[in-house]
Amino acid sequence: MSVLVVVECADGEVKKSSLEVASYGAQVAAQLGTTATAIAVGEANAANLATLGEQGIAKVLYDAEPRLKDFVNNAYTKLIATAAEQEQAKVIVLANSNIGAAVGSRLSVRLKASLATNVVELPRTDGGQFVVKRGAFSGKAFSDVVLSGDRKIIALKKNSTEAKHEAGKTAEVASFSAQLSDADFADAPTQVVMQDQAGGILLPEAERVVSGGRGMKGPENWGLIEDLAKALGAATACSKPVSDVDWRPHHEHVGQTGITISPNLYIACGISGAIQHLAGVNSSKVIVVINKDPEAPFFKAADYGIVGDVFDVLPKLTAAVKELN
Amino acid sequence: MKFLVCISNVPDTTTKITFTPDNKEFNKAGVQFVINPWDEYALTRAIELKEAAGSGSVTVLNVGEADTEPNIRKALAIGADDAIRVNAAPQDAYFVAEQIAAVAKEGAYDVILMGKESIDYNGFQVHGMVGEMLGIPTVAPAMKLDLSGNTATLEREIEGGKEIVTVNTPFVASCQQPMCEPRIPNMRGIMTARTKPLKVVPPVGEPARTTVAEYALPPKKQGVKLIDAANAGDLIKLLRNEAKVI
Ligand SMILES: Cc1cc2nc3c(=O)[nH]c(=O)nc-3n(C[C@H](O)[C@H](O)[C@H](O)COP(=O)(O)OP(=O)(O)OC[C@H]3O[C@@H](n4cnc5c(N)ncnc54)[C@H](O)[C@@H]3O)c2cc1C
Ligand SMILES: Cc1cc2nc3c(=O)[nH]c(=O)nc-3n(C[C@H](O)[C@H](O)[C@H](O)COP(=O)(O)OP(=O)(O)OC[C@H]3O[C@@H](n4cnc5c(N)ncnc54)[C@H](O)[C@@H]3O)c2cc1C
Repeated sequence: MSVLVVVECADGEVKKSSLEVASYGAQVAAQLGTTATAIAVGEANAANLATLGEQGIAKVLYDAEPRLKDFVNNAYTKLIATAAEQEQAKVIVLANSNIGAAVGSRLSVRLKASLATNVVELPRTDGGQFVVKRGAFSGKAFSDVVLSGDRKIIALKKNSTEAKHEAGKTAEVASFSAQLSDADFADAPTQVVMQDQAGGILLPEAERVVSGGRGMKGPENWGLIEDLAKALGAATACSKPVSDVDWRPHHEHVGQTGITISPNLYIACGISGAIQHLAGVNSSKVIVVINKDPEAPFFKAADYGIVGDVFDVLPKLTAAVKELN
Repeated sequence: MKFLVCISNVPDTTTKITFTPDNKEFNKAGVQFVINPWDEYALTRAIELKEAAGSGSVTVLNVGEADTEPNIRKALAIGADDAIRVNAAPQDAYFVAEQIAAVAKEGAYDVILMGKESIDYNGFQVHGMVGEMLGIPTVAPAMKLDLSGNTATLEREIEGGKEIVTVNTPFVASCQQPMCEPRIPNMRGIMTARTKPLKVVPPVGEPARTTVAEYALPPKKQGVKLIDAANAGDLIKLLRNEAKVI
């Protein structure tokens, strides 16, 4: 019996959300009195994989098949299923990412496992049950779910648990082959197009986010948002109407019908705080609201607020950050 | 081309979520239910593709009890040709996926479309499960879907970008913006929807693998600390020294 964690890599680095997955998996293994093994997917680098020891991983399996660099649903599913069989994994942990959820749902059928996505805490394993807490109702609630299958798959929500670091510990990197054939790559993408990210920070992984709404008046004013984001090392986001009218790209739209994020800091500029918007951001640790209307509903969900004009306040904030750094 | 569009019946996006006093069930009292917003993209795109081809059919499918029928009728009013309701409370995602897979197999559908995720249970998983049960590809979440003969070209969103994926029918795709502009029913649609076939079938398959033990609401915020706009820079100091997030 063991715990298997799936770590996603890009450009040779382990993604931040996968460090959280690794650390979470190691803690689950400790709860169950066993060890955690990782399986790497994406463009990995053996030296970086060894540092997963810092998150408590004992061993990392790595299949050097070059076609695994891009996400291929079938091939990834087979790779992980093969590793799960080899390691006799009772619990598999993945990131609740587009990759993790796509693979996790297929695996749950193939391995006859109970699956919980959007999980936010370590499981409770007392009383012979295996219970996980997950986000539900688009950020408006949580549910405790009992996973009754012999095997369990957990997709961990990003930024909901902290990755532990024990400097200096290394994991053994073992080569591994799932004997993948051409047929396993039949659904490979024909092309992968990456966006230009402001400062290279991906919104779903970001620890800090600066977001703009209709109060920003037009796309020509987004420089104010970007300047503050850049100074803070933050990603940029927006409300739905802003992406609907193409002031900003659709992948920046957060909320009930956009993406759900839980950064440490969310700064909302000229956003009223409609219930559908709040659903996507209310699990952020600290929320700052800048709005000229003191009655804006967003202030009720905020930790800090400034009643004022974004065109006046934003440059002041950017200047203050620069002064601090 | 035979399209199967799976729709989930969910609380309206403005719903204030509450639970029964024992926290075991979602409190439905006074709640308005709607078609899951993402499923509207799946439905509209299926209708558009059928219209563009000039032939084919769009069937909507819901796994739910009789109280979901108003929204099934709404989907028919938007333009689906017929509907199937699997008569069962949706116990968990695996159970729902089993029902969808059984209907899809029975009807030999070419394209199975769903929404990205349900806005109530936020599973983001039924599409992957159905693809695996049927042994066909799933493309999730898809931002674009075009068909040429039996070949579909899709844009799949990945963190930080997109992939262009080509698959042959049959396949499963889960849809999201900006795939299309979701349609709303018109008067003629509402009239004709009343007489379109809605078949009710019994559930199949194994029992659920997960159960919800309890629900909880997020902890309440402490209340907002206001900073004077004239001293906006003080906010940054608070974020560093008090909140410790920068
Ligand atoms: C089914 C459905 C799903 C939805 N999903 C989402 C979703 O996922 N995400 C989402 O964001 N919305 C969603 N919405 C829309 C939501 O209801 C709101 O309409 C939207 O969030 C409002 O966007 P906003 O706050 O940018 O604009 P507004 O509500 O117009 O607010 C603009 C705010 O800016 C302030 N302002 C104006 N000028 C200034 C200034 N100079 N300085 C400072 N403040 C200023 C105003 O006081 C106001 O509070 C959804 C709606 C529906 C019906
Ligand atoms: C009374 C009640 C009790 C429940 N109890 C439990 C429980 O104990 N444990 C548990 O895990 N879940 C429970 N659920 C959740 C329910 O089973 C969900 O419908 C199911 O989990 C699918 O939601 P999802 O968020 O996982 O779907 P997602 O994977 O997010 O949905 C993706 C897509 O699948 C399609 N889809 C989803 N649901 C349906 C449906 N019912 N009919 C047709 N198409 C659909 C839609 O196209 C949707 O956009 C309960 C629901 C109800 C109403």
